[in-house]
Amino acid sequence: MMEFKKVGNSLIVRLDGEIDDKSAKEMRVKIDVEYDEVGAKDMVFDLTKVTFMDSTGIGMIIGRYKRVASLNGCVKVFGANRVVKRIIELSGLGRVVKIYDNERQALGTGGGKND
Amino acid sequence: MTNHIKIEFEAKDVNVRFARIAVAAFIAELNPTIDEAEDVKTAVSEAVTNAIVHGYDGKEGVVYIEGFSYDNTVMISVCDTGCGIEDINKAREPLFTTKAEEERSGLGFTVMESFMDSVHIESKKDAGTTVTMSKRIGKV
Repeated sequence: MMEFKKVGNSLIVRLDGEIDDKSAKEMRVKIDVEYDEVGAKDMVFDLTKVTFMDSTGIGMIIGRYKRVASLNGCVKVFGANRVVKRIIELSGLGRVVKIYDNERQALGTGGGKND
Repeated sequence: MTNHIKIEFEAKDVNVRFARIAVAAFIAELNPTIDEAEDVKTAVSEAVTNAIVHGYDGKEGVVYIEGFSYDNTVMISVCDTGCGIEDINKAREPLFTTKAEEERSGLGFTVMESFMDSVHIESKKDAGTTVTMSKRIGKV
């Protein structure tokens, strides 16, 4: 359901499957623990394997953004499929997190959608 | 062709996924596009989550779903007998939530209204809430 990878100051969080109320609650606890343990600053969500997300997933990402921003970090999201992108766009999530097409863009100097 | 289903289940978060799958199966015979199917699944996910999280506030309860399909239209109602909504207009405001501390985005009704053609809410304090949504599916 979830994998982590630290790259420089960023913690990549690879999510898998469906994100709804049940899975979001489980994910956010594990993500927060991992983020604190590895001492990352930024958080990067890999949504390439996410097949479904409702607004609880948006709430979970925004919740992580608040924690990360309090430590002067930033949150990035990449790899959302067409279906997941629709709820991301509807929510206006791009106003607070940077949205990219792929990992290379998210981690590198490639321009994001809202750069 | 018309069809009608009724299902009920315990107000547990694990059953939100079940509700999505059940409704997806119900609308399958209308040959929805991928987007249409995902729209309905997401709207149902939002409504059922609202019933569990807000209607019953995490306590025990039963969520009822009724589905009608006729011609190319599907109508889904999600009902709880929980605490009811104090101010429906406020609840429909994007980003409004009574549970910000639980990382609730306040987007449930916004998603329903964007992804379905119509959303009707009936609610009574301490009696419950019924959200009825409809969508035209599989347009030729």
